Order: sequence, then C-alpha cells, then structure tokens
Amino acid sequence: MATATKKQAQGGQRQGNAGQQSAQSSSPDSRQTGQTTDGTLPAIRHHAGQSGGLMNINAEQLARGLGWFSIGLGLAELLAPRGIAKVAGVRGHTGLIRLFGLREIFHGIGIFSQGRRPAAAVWARVAGDALDLAALGGAFASPRSDKARVAFATANVLAVTALDVICAQQLSSGNSDSTAGGGTTVRKSLIINRSPEELYSYWRNFENLPRFMHHLESVRVTGEGRSHWVAKAPAGSSVEWDAEIVEDRPNELISWRSLEGADVDNSGSVRFETAPGGRGTIVRVEMQYNPPGGVIGAVVAKLFGEEPGQQAQESLRCFKQVMETGEVVLSEGTVWDNGYLTQRPAQPPSGAELGAARAGGRA
Amino acid sequence: MRANCWYGKQDVRVEQVPDPKILNRRDAIVKITSTAICGSDLHLYNGFMPTMQKGDILGHEFMGELVEVGPDVKNRKVGDRVVVSFPISCGNCFFCQQQLFTLCENSNPNAWMAEKMFGHSPCGIYGYSHLTGGYAGGQAEYARVPFADVGTLKVPEGMPDEQVLFLSDIFPTGYMGAEMCDIKQGDTIAVWGCGPVGQFAIASAYLLGAERVIGIDRFPERLTMAREKAKAETINYEETNVYDALMEMTGGRGPDACIDAVGLEAHGGHGIVYAYDRAKQALMSETDRPIALREAIMCCRNGGTVSVIGVYGGLIDKFPMGSFMNRSLTMKTGQCHVQRYWGQLLERIERGEIDPSFVITHRMGLEDAPHGFDIFTNKEDDCIKIVLKP
Repeated sequence: MATATKKQAQGGQRQGNAGQQSAQSSSPDSRQTGQTTDGTLPAIRHHAGQSGGLMNINAEQLARGLGWFSIGLGLAELLAPRGIAKVAGVRGHTGLIRLFGLREIFHGIGIFSQGRRPAAAVWARVAGDALDLAALGGAFASPRSDKARVAFATANVLAVTALDVICAQQLSSGNSDSTAGGGTTVRKSLIINRSPEELYSYWRNFENLPRFMHHLESVRVTGEGRSHWVAKAPAGSSVEWDAEIVEDRPNELISWRSLEGADVDNSGSVRFETAPGGRGTIVRVEMQYNPPGGVIGAVVAKLFGEEPGQQAQESLRCFKQVMETGEVVLSEGTVWDNGYLTQRPAQPPSGAELGAARAGGRA
Repeated sequence: MRANCWYGKQDVRVEQVPDPKILNRRDAIVKITSTAICGSDLHLYNGFMPTMQKGDILGHEFMGELVEVGPDVKNRKVGDRVVVSFPISCGNCFFCQQQLFTLCENSNPNAWMAEKMFGHSPCGIYGYSHLTGGYAGGQAEYARVPFADVGTLKVPEGMPDEQVLFLSDIFPTGYMGAEMCDIKQGDTIAVWGCGPVGQFAIASAYLLGAERVIGIDRFPERLTMAREKAKAETINYEETNVYDALMEMTGGRGPDACIDAVGLEAHGGHGIVYAYDRAKQALMSETDRPIALREAIMCCRNGGTVSVIGVYGGLIDKFPMGSFMNRSLTMKTGQCHVQRYWGQLLERIERGEIDPSFVITHRMGLEDAPHGFDIFTNKEDDCIKIVLKP
C-alpha cells in the first residue's frame, strides 16, 4: 500500500536543493541562470494545454452553463410553448415545441450526469441544434410565419450551435491519453536533431531528468538500476517514490517502474528511433500513472495536470531544447512555476525576483 | 531602465522597469542606440493580437552596442556594434540549419499556444505577444538578446545607425518578398502596400533585375515616396480600378509577380474565430479584409507568382481558389528569415546600391513613443516610419 510521505518543503530545504543543483552545472543546462519562478510574481497562469487554449474558455464550465441553459429552455418550452412560438415567429406547433422542451431537459440532465467531461452529451446538444435549425428552416418556408422573428431565432440558434461545437470539440480533444481503471497512460513523441546515442546517454542518467521535466524536484541514483524520485506538488509539498529500471537497451530503449510503497504508482519508457533520411531521432515517451484515491490522489491529479499528455509534451520540448541548444530556453514573460508554464509581463525580472528564483526556483 | 510598455488598446506607456539580465548562456545584453516602430506593432497597439499582457515591452527592430555577453557566445564580445534580428533563432534545429530562421523549433517557450492556433509554431519574436514567446522587446534602453551568436549582425563603425537599423526586419522582409518572385530580366512586379516594407520590396525588385515595378496604395505621401525614392510607377486604388490599370499597363497580360505587403489585422483565438466563421458561413455573410491578397491573385498573370509578406493572423474567406488553381499560380509566403539575408544586404548598403534610411519620416526620443504610435496609427503628419533614440 502506498504510504503518504508528503512533506512540507521548508525554505531552507529548497535552498539546499538549489545549491545542490548549481553544484552540478557541468551539464549543458546551466544552473546559474536566473529564472523568475517565484510564486509571488504577478503571474497569470496559462496551464499549458488547459482546455480553452488562447481565449481561455474553460470547456467544463461552458458545458455546465449549456446544461443549465438546456434545462431552463426545456422547462420554458414545456410549460409555455405558445410564448416560445411567438418569440420564434411561428404559429401553432405547441406539441412539437413541448417535445423539443423534453429533449432540451434530457440534454441538460445528460450533461450533468456524465461527470466532469460530458463530451457525448454536448455532441448530443449539437444534434439537437440541427433539429432546431431544421424546424426553423421549415418555419421559414411556411407562409404563416413571421420571417423577421424566424431569422432572429435562427441567428440565436446558430450562435448557440457554435458554442456547443466549440465546447464539444474541446471536451473531446487532446485525449489521445486513455484513462481506464483510474490509471492514465500518456504517449508523446518529438523529433530531435541529435543522434540516438547522444539522447540515450543523456536520458540514461536519470539525475538529468529534472532539467527538462519541470514537475520533478530531483532524481537521485541510489544503486544499480535504482533511483529515488521527488516530484513537486501544490503548496510546497512533494511526493516521492523509488523506481527501478525494467529494461535497458543502449541507444534504443529505457523503461522503468516505481517500487512498492510509492506515493504514486507509475511507470514509463522512452524509445529512440533514427528518423528517416538521417534527420535526427524520433523520441517516443510513454508514461503510466496509477493515482491512489483520497488526498494523495487529488494532489497527484493536480501534480500531473488536467492533461498529463500536455505536460509530457512540454517536457519533451524542453528535452529537445537542452539537447539541441544546450539548455531550456527562457523568456522574460514565460516562466516555469511549480511545474507549470506561467505567463507574466514580458519585462526583465527585478533583482529580488531573480534572487527568489535562484533560492527556490528551477530554470 | 526606461521602456515602452503595452497596457491595452491604444495605450502604451514609457515606464521605469528592471534592467535586463543574462538568463541563458547564449544571451547578450545590448545597449540600444536606435529602435523603430513597425507597422506590425500597430496590430498589438490596436488590440488585435491575443495573448498580450499588461506591461509587455514592445519593439522588434533595434540595434546598439553589446555591454554583456553570456559565457557560450563565442563569436561576439562586449563593445561590438550590432543589429538584432527580429526572429529569435537557435541555429541548431532542423529549420535553422536550412536557413529557415523564423521556423526555429526551440525559441518559442509558448509553442503550445501557437500550435493550437496555427497547427505548428513559428519562432520566438521580441515584444510580439506571448504567442511568440513573451520576450521583452527593444523599444527600451537595453534588451536581452537570446542566441546572440545567431541573432546579431556586426556592423562596421562609421556607418550611421539609420543606414543599418532596418536590417533587423523591414529591409530583409521586403527583399525576401521580391526574392520569392523569382524575378527574371524584364519582369513587371506589382506591390500592394507602399508602407516601409512595400518600399523595400519595390527597391529590392529593382535590385533583383525587374524592369517595371508598380506600387499600389491610397496615401499620397507613400505613393510619392514610392515614385521619388523607390522609383516605382504608382496606382492610387481610391482613384483607379487596380485590375483595369494593371491590365492597361501590361497589355492585358498582368504582372509577372505580385507582392502582398499589406496583410490583415491579426485577430482572435481559434475558438472565437471558429465560431465567427461558422456563423458567417451559415448566414452567407463575408468579411472584406483580405482585399489586397484577392486582388493580387486576380491580377497576377497566368503561371505567375504571388508573394505574401504582409502579416496574416487567422482565417480568411472568399479565397479565389478557382483563379489560383486554373491559372497555374504559385504562392510563396513567410515571416522573413532575416539572418539569411542581412549579410548580403549589408554589403549592398556598403557598396552604395541602396540607402535604407530613405523611408524615415520621423525621429523622436524613446519618451515620445506613445505620441509616435498615435500619429503612425492615424497616418497623421505624413508619418511613414519612426525611429526612436533611447
């Protein structure tokens, strides 16, 4: 059974870590470089890959909004079909409108009963929108309808349809990662302009991993094929586990898994394939997490992000930067904060921010 | 130091901010002697570009003297006088090694944002939103230059700033626009947009052997500059039908190649743009934004080339694909791979073949940047190009 060894990271401890890291600056990823990962910065978080992308629409919140909209409209159609008909510019058809009302309520309940990511229920709403549009199209052809009101109603339904499609797409997107039986599997790949030999030997030294996996605090090699991993968790806490190498084929493949007693049951593998035409190496990473329930489970869920696939993608991207350019590339306005890509104004960090970052952050 | 910061739509302020520091081992710090406002900065100024943050330092056309150099910059030293390229490029990745510097795979820490919008990410750019990396810009007294070994060009002492400053962006951009036309002796080239980039596209088309170059705009001061300084024939599209005029000038065949140096106001994230586009399709409405591009396609001669250097940010509709396909046209595009061109262009300046300072209409101090943005965006006082002196 996994035992909770969560501990509060004291300031002193963190400084100790940072000191340790700068002592190992012989690798291409420099530790002297200042980075503003201090949580006190006026930072606004763009969790990499969080649903919504640029406009930061939260698809789950949007889905809940659409769910309530469905139930409200459905009740109105069911209880006051004549009023709805008037607004939509059609006459009669109260029976049909009541049926549509039942359908709307059904969609609303569907959204709320499907859990956190009700993609199927929102796609059902899109299908319902198509029915509404078909009915309005029919009304437009009817001589008894008020054309202006039908057009207005159609425009409204189109706007809602667009929202439904965006929401449904975002809920369904990015899930090449499977979540089955409480565990999560993530697969990502990236092409890197280096030989399999160079990439393998850098990765094979697990102590290098925190240089490009920003959610890791440290990895310490403890014995033949064994290592101890510490990952950052929210509020300055951390989770830890011991891992062993399962398979090690030089310049080709490394796989590992956590040992009994891990906070987070996990395993992973990385493959190095020569790309066609000698254009570098395709690196394929696969990781599985088996988060336990309860508090630790919640911490782990936060730790690996709402979309662990995106986190793996960013780690691979940083691996590529380290291998191709020598270190993780930094900008003034985009910083790593506790394992997340975070945005702050694109201005140089102040001396105090640099100091804080050197004490507690990781470049 | 003092820096020009973005605060919102038509709101920029010159403020006191911390001095830049070396963050990566291949960084350098440049003390800026000249910096410019680019037409593409107006997209940010007018609030069309998403992912800006209040306080972002603007500016991607700048030059100066290196005052600090990171430990892994081997080919530059403190005291070097350099121009900085607007693309930030690592020099090591697949694309940099093919001289496609604005496609660098490593310089945009926010590549995931750009991937959501464009499918793949372009390189990082100074002072040009967080979509291109959130890098602090160069409308300031000092700037940090990442990958300084790739992104700086040493310029000889004795050449004035104003002759070499535009090697950072607009001269190479105009030149690439002309180069993509694959100009042969005797060709006629039409250039939509006679802003600073259009002026350099015209001048470059002549440098590359074009016989006739025709500039198209509506502002008299730009048309005058195109005629008198860049030696183009001109069409004012508010007074004349562009298609008719070009057919008349070319005996009905059309220009051999057309350059779009206008572009489109970048706007919207993919979600909103998508919703907008869906509703627009459903209601059979249309936007009229890519007028120049459509016109360039329709006017170009059969088998000709359309070269797009004006900036586009999202989606366009009513693209004349039938005209494009049935007449065997070629389209070439891109943000300029500055580092590929600036060496040879510096030589052309040294040889006296061109003096890029001809586009400058206004010179002011850094503190006057907000006023500069105001007159540039409103095309007041015949403003074409502003150089700021920190």
